[in-house]
Amino acid sequence: MTTTFLVVSSLVKVLAILLITVGGFAPILIWAERRQSAMIQDRLGPSRAAITLPASAVTFIDRARLPMWRLAALTGIVAIVALVTLTFIAVKGSNPLPISTSSLTASLVAFGGASVVLRAGYGVHGMIVRNGGKIMLIGLLHPVADALKFIFKEDFVPPKADKLLFSAGPIIALIPAIAAFAVIPFASSLHWDYLNQVLPRTGEIAGPVVPLQVASINVGILFIFAIASTGIIGAAISGYASDNKYSLLGGIRAASQMVSYEVVLGLALVPAFMIYASLRLEDMTMWQHDHMWGIFVPPLTLAAVNFFVAAVAETKRVPFDLPEGESELVGGYLTEYSGMKFGMFFMGEFVEVVSLAAIASIIFLGGWDVPFLYRDGFEFSLPFVAASYSVPLVHWLVVAIQFVVFLFKIIALIWFQLMIRWSLPRFRYDQLMSLCWKGLLPISLLNILVVGAFILSGWLDGWVAFFEKLF
Amino acid sequence: MAVEVKVIKKPGRTIAEQIYIPEIAKGLGFAMGRFFQNTFGPQAKKEIDTVKYPEEKVEYPERFRGVHRLTHRVDGSPRCVACLCCSTACPAQCIHIEPAEYEPDDPRHGYERYPSVFVIDELRCIFCGYCVEACPCDAIRMDTGIHMPPSTNRDHFLFDKETLLSIPGRDGSYLTANPRHEPGDATHPGIDRERGH
Repeated sequence: MTTTFLVVSSLVKVLAILLITVGGFAPILIWAERRQSAMIQDRLGPSRAAITLPASAVTFIDRARLPMWRLAALTGIVAIVALVTLTFIAVKGSNPLPISTSSLTASLVAFGGASVVLRAGYGVHGMIVRNGGKIMLIGLLHPVADALKFIFKEDFVPPKADKLLFSAGPIIALIPAIAAFAVIPFASSLHWDYLNQVLPRTGEIAGPVVPLQVASINVGILFIFAIASTGIIGAAISGYASDNKYSLLGGIRAASQMVSYEVVLGLALVPAFMIYASLRLEDMTMWQHDHMWGIFVPPLTLAAVNFFVAAVAETKRVPFDLPEGESELVGGYLTEYSGMKFGMFFMGEFVEVVSLAAIASIIFLGGWDVPFLYRDGFEFSLPFVAASYSVPLVHWLVVAIQFVVFLFKIIALIWFQLMIRWSLPRFRYDQLMSLCWKGLLPISLLNILVVGAFILSGWLDGWVAFFEKLF
Repeated sequence: MAVEVKVIKKPGRTIAEQIYIPEIAKGLGFAMGRFFQNTFGPQAKKEIDTVKYPEEKVEYPERFRGVHRLTHRVDGSPRCVACLCCSTACPAQCIHIEPAEYEPDDPRHGYERYPSVFVIDELRCIFCGYCVEACPCDAIRMDTGIHMPPSTNRDHFLFDKETLLSIPGRDGSYLTANPRHEPGDATHPGIDRERGH
């Protein structure tokens, strides 16, 4: 592998991660949080931000609707015919028709895709016409409006504030949240020379390998802890530098809360290190790929609950949002911030939510692992029966499926975090601290002992063997 | 007689509430139920109360007092006879009327007057409806069903006679349900010039 290839691929990966987290997840999360809360509370949520089209464009869109629907129906019929023919060929076992199977498959994909796209376009056009030429995108334009507002708002600095620290606070809070993504594997490694081939399921493969993570370092998860704990400094510094008593109190609360929960966060994952026998996130995913998802190993189920609670507390979100606690502290350490500086805190919080969801899904939900998907494609096998059905897939498709499923797992965990955020009331500060030091910490420590016994007694191997027999 | 003391036991918490996790699950379950029903449920089952205001509007109740209108006679002239009852009754003193006599050849000359100027300051109006109550001719009504639209200019709130006459009632009619009996009509109940005193 040449150095240029390494540099270019790393740059592409860094840019892709920035695009996914800061450019994709953070704005959508701002929307999702408002929208989801609205849905829980029987409201409509954000829907007013709109791009208004001129009347001529609206009439054109209205006229284009019917041809679109007809084309969608036509392509759909072709796709269905192709599907029926393919099923017929699969049942019969041979192809008596003048068309080759591969071109049938290609036309099924092409016409089916076109039909779906056209039908969706028909629906979208109808929506625009019904809204009187306003493109609202179910409120997705609100993050754009928010960003515009953040950029053009006055960048206020309190007169007696420490100017340097005041400006550094949001940066120190945002950067570690993004940096944590450096060690997260988004899919299994990409074998550059075999993109269009079906790989063998096992064995070494020669040629250049692109691991789909920015940095494969041997401390792995410890790097994330180290980086995440720098975020504390951002909150504490901004609380101190604001020259405001409420901000200071918020900063102190943030610092003590995050330091406390960092301990639990680390100790909750020690059982996972013991079972996976590695600190590298890619090795952890590999273990789960080879055996089973971590959450199905009994002691790790408890660890997952512990980790998740600590993670919510670590992101300083409801029910643990005491540093912001607007009923007591105005806005906590955010009180004096406005404009893009506030936006950076906001974004940092959301990126942290994404990164913790990613870590949780890697350690407990198998990361990019998809059930029944191996390096050479899907193989569905029934328990206790020798029957199995396999679908061979080319390499790039396997990696793409893994990537999409990993994103889906992240989204599911984020959704759950938002659900918790809108269901639970805020804790009292002493409850927060006693939950950490008297509840989660002893449980985590005990869990380490239990896992040690679990491994030494051989129950782990037995459990894994039993699980593998099942599937 | 001794005072009876009724001891009321302090409501405690059950073990399930004390553990807190079942309660969290209960709350999450409820919130998730609402979320799925309102997001992915069929349109009829969604219970979203929000009204998308400028696009869809809630009809005001039937007796809502909206912007005033001056009702018409069948020939299109105002029913108002400029008796000044409404401006007298108005607690906000927002109605200004200048009465005028009909031309001598008009059959209504000598019986009624008409308003040459009729201005309501809608910004000063408190929408109490006393003018409508006071009117003996059913000439002023507040059944338009529209609230005063916002404006950046105070002059826009001064509704003159033509403006008031141009606003229809909620049913789209410029008349009222009460028929008007002009002098000279057979149905006219009072005395008039033709029929003698």
